Amino acid sequence: MTMLKEGRPTAPQAITQADAPPATVTGNRALMLEEALIFEIGSTDTTGVDFAEAPKVTSRLGNLARTDGIGLPGLSEQETVRHYTRLSRQNYAIDLGLFPLGSCTMKHNPRLNEKVARMPGFADLHPLAPQSTVQGALAVIHELAEWLIKLTGMHSVAMSPKAGAHGELCGLLAIRAALEARGDARSVILVPESAHGTNPATAAFCGYKVEDIPATLDGRVDLEALKGRLGPDVAAVMITNPNTCGLFERDMKTISDAVHAAGAFVYCDGANFNAIVGRVRPGDLGVDAMHINLHKTFSTPHGGGGPGSGPVVLSQALAPFAPLPFVERQGDQFALIEEETAQGHHGQTFGRMVAFHGQMGMFTRALTYILSHGADGLRQVASDAVLNANYILRSLDDVLDAPFGQSGPCMHEALFSDKGLAEGFTTLDIAKGLIDEGFHPMTMYFPLVVHGAMLIEPTETESKAALDQFIMALRSLAQRAKAGDEALKGAPHFAPRRRLDETLAARKPILAWTDPALAQAAE
Amino acid sequence: MRYLPLTDADRQDMLSVIGAASIDDLFVDVPAEARLPGKIGGLPDHASELAVERHMAALARKNLSAGEAPFFLGAGAYRHHVPASVDHLIQRGEFLTAYTPYQPEIAQGTLQVLFEFQTQVARLLGCDVANASMYDGSTACWEAIGMARRITKRGKAILSSGLHPHYVSVANTMAKFTGDTLVHEAPTLDAATDIDALIAGIDKDTSCVVVQYPDILGRIADLTPLAEAAHAAGALLVAVVTEPVALGACRAPGHMGADIVVGEGQSIGVGLQFGGPYLGLFACKQKYVRQMPGRLCGETVDAAGKRGFVLTLSTREQHIRREKATSNICTNSGLCALAFSIHMTLLGEKGLRELAALNHALACQAAERLAQVPGVTLLNDSFFNEFTLILSKDAREIVRNLADRGVLGGVSLGRLFPDAPQIGNGLVVAVTETVTPEDIETLAKALEEELA
Repeated sequence: MTMLKEGRPTAPQAITQADAPPATVTGNRALMLEEALIFEIGSTDTTGVDFAEAPKVTSRLGNLARTDGIGLPGLSEQETVRHYTRLSRQNYAIDLGLFPLGSCTMKHNPRLNEKVARMPGFADLHPLAPQSTVQGALAVIHELAEWLIKLTGMHSVAMSPKAGAHGELCGLLAIRAALEARGDARSVILVPESAHGTNPATAAFCGYKVEDIPATLDGRVDLEALKGRLGPDVAAVMITNPNTCGLFERDMKTISDAVHAAGAFVYCDGANFNAIVGRVRPGDLGVDAMHINLHKTFSTPHGGGGPGSGPVVLSQALAPFAPLPFVERQGDQFALIEEETAQGHHGQTFGRMVAFHGQMGMFTRALTYILSHGADGLRQVASDAVLNANYILRSLDDVLDAPFGQSGPCMHEALFSDKGLAEGFTTLDIAKGLIDEGFHPMTMYFPLVVHGAMLIEPTETESKAALDQFIMALRSLAQRAKAGDEALKGAPHFAPRRRLDETLAARKPILAWTDPALAQAAE
Repeated sequence: MRYLPLTDADRQDMLSVIGAASIDDLFVDVPAEARLPGKIGGLPDHASELAVERHMAALARKNLSAGEAPFFLGAGAYRHHVPASVDHLIQRGEFLTAYTPYQPEIAQGTLQVLFEFQTQVARLLGCDVANASMYDGSTACWEAIGMARRITKRGKAILSSGLHPHYVSVANTMAKFTGDTLVHEAPTLDAATDIDALIAGIDKDTSCVVVQYPDILGRIADLTPLAEAAHAAGALLVAVVTEPVALGACRAPGHMGADIVVGEGQSIGVGLQFGGPYLGLFACKQKYVRQMPGRLCGETVDAAGKRGFVLTLSTREQHIRREKATSNICTNSGLCALAFSIHMTLLGEKGLRELAALNHALACQAAERLAQVPGVTLLNDSFFNEFTLILSKDAREIVRNLADRGVLGGVSLGRLFPDAPQIGNGLVVAVTETVTPEDIETLAKALEEELA
């Protein structure tokens, strides 16, 4: 095990600023170009589009015609292309390199998915188009739903939630509706410490009281504490499995049985489904509801912060309460059920969560990815995701503290802490150092159960060579932080910006651009 | 399995570093009875790029896309021409495959776009500040009702009968669980909006009045008296815009006194996409910014004094104070916001005004022509690019029959309001710059034959 750690740097490599480059008058540095805001370079008289002349008609706007200036600058087409191309080059992205964000699964985004999603037969469809004209789109939703049901071993799936956190809301609303249907008012949701931050927010949003369940020293739900808290006031337990420490909840089946025996439901945060897809079915573990982040497990691009998609698989007990609308197979046709009906297994729907029927653009991408991988490929996905994470864990646990390194293999992500760094050095310094090494940093300070957490998820689409380069960089940074290399505290040195003042941004929020001349006049 | 780069030799090397005999050994923590011994049965194995593309293309061909037919659907989603450079630019890998900008030093591209987007949206809607987008218009509308509850500490929201019925459904779903009281009735086939009735309904328990502009029947009205009445009673005015192109021609809700303006941004840059992903717009007065849900980008400086941008005021968000967050929203519609912002930059104020004028003029022409069809009456006195026709027959059936003729003729009120049969003869027709005079003529002729 220690053998392959040899040959990697073991001594700190100091970086000096002695060769600092001279300034340029433009602020540009060769291919790295500074870019002003559109409000500084555009004008309200400039446009990059041409329209046919509007026919002369009598206005039907009543007295509501807009007479004031709106203040929207325009750019010509080429200026627009340059502006956004220049800005794009100030972003790190999975297409540029390894993106080891724990709990966020940044993997390769195949371009076939993009091509398919843009087929006019999918992209240029109106959500309220007559159903006879959208049979292929409904078939996509149905086919994807079938895959999700089979892969999770669940009874049915609600496709409309717009993102993972929206899916959590869907699952809890189904649970609450099921409890109300049996006349059982319960008020508490139990959330283990190792759960995602959105879980308690969601539970509170649905009107529940949230209570924490502690984690054990080996990073899992404290089974005895959980069992001890179960009672007639508990509606559900929200559990993340694999959890945010990167570990599989060994007692999941026992937990589910205890929760069900107490008349409550098990909600599973399925954000980490890529660690078990094809190898473990949540339905076999007693889960009642679980959202699946299509963008994580089934590779739809993150787009700088969305859109996501969060279908929710449901057990037989919760299926009748699923939200509207949903797609139903009727012989060789597909029907979009938009109204509450007494028939079928959805007779007690809790209502509608969103105006239309979910993220079609994500459905086509996810189905394309699933079909490309197939049943054999998806099983390999989980295998390689877990293999890559354990490889990271074992290649770094001699230079970084791995708090749960001895409590069994990790799943798809490896967790380290800041223990052992030199006085005054933090996880943040290592993260910013990674930027200089050409990597996006790992997830910092999460999960909260570990001090100075560094959560690393390599994902299944990284090669061994890429992992080795990342390991080498992180080993070097760990050793520099242990040795107290001050240069690390100034990192990043080579990014488009040095460390940004987040405190100033929050203390004096500037959330929109104001013309400096007008701002000065107002003072 | 072309997306998985490890070779079997790599896997063996890595297992030896880990000290495990096989990959199965890495799953020891999974209870034995839950471990699947092999592939899940009944599902196909991996397929080539060509095979997958063929399968998906075959499904796509089973649909009648909007561009293939005379197309008049609106009611919350609109078909506009999106310049080619918008889709090209959003597909740059640095935008497409980036994560939420939590490391601002290497996410200035996305962050600057969000700052520009926030400014564009605030100006368009006539507000002080906007957030960096939400899921869609309907969820943004619900979040606005929740925000009004937090600000006023009251729980009764009055929803206009002209509010999109799906938005009402979403709000109703959420209200069942949060205990809010929502007041709403289905619209009547009346040319006048319900502003007077809304004003009459405001009382000391009212948290907000929610009004759509233009409304679900395409009607527009001055919101100023409603804002004044709401404010006099200590309530807020929430305005909902599902067709933001309208604001290139019509007064902005924020300038008529709305406290929170939410909207569906799909019209600009995003495309129809069978309902999603779409783009929630959310803007408000400066004094309410800390009660706003969702993500915000703010300006700051870096260690060298250069201007830069960061996500900010995140104590409102779920990852800091968990259950005390203003909302459970953790993502936004970043890529859709980018598309909106690029399209808006290409348009500029000049282009937006031209686009809006063209939409309005074509809609006026279409309304005039369609109203000449025997059995058709135009409901609206005023409208932007969408209006309601009252037909002599049930509109739901007419829409289906038109589809069989290859004409996508509008959205029936029967589909939108299944519980209000009294308005079942209403047909909502949207006309954008993508509609040609020939399309209008085709719809008129088809309607004439169906209503004969």
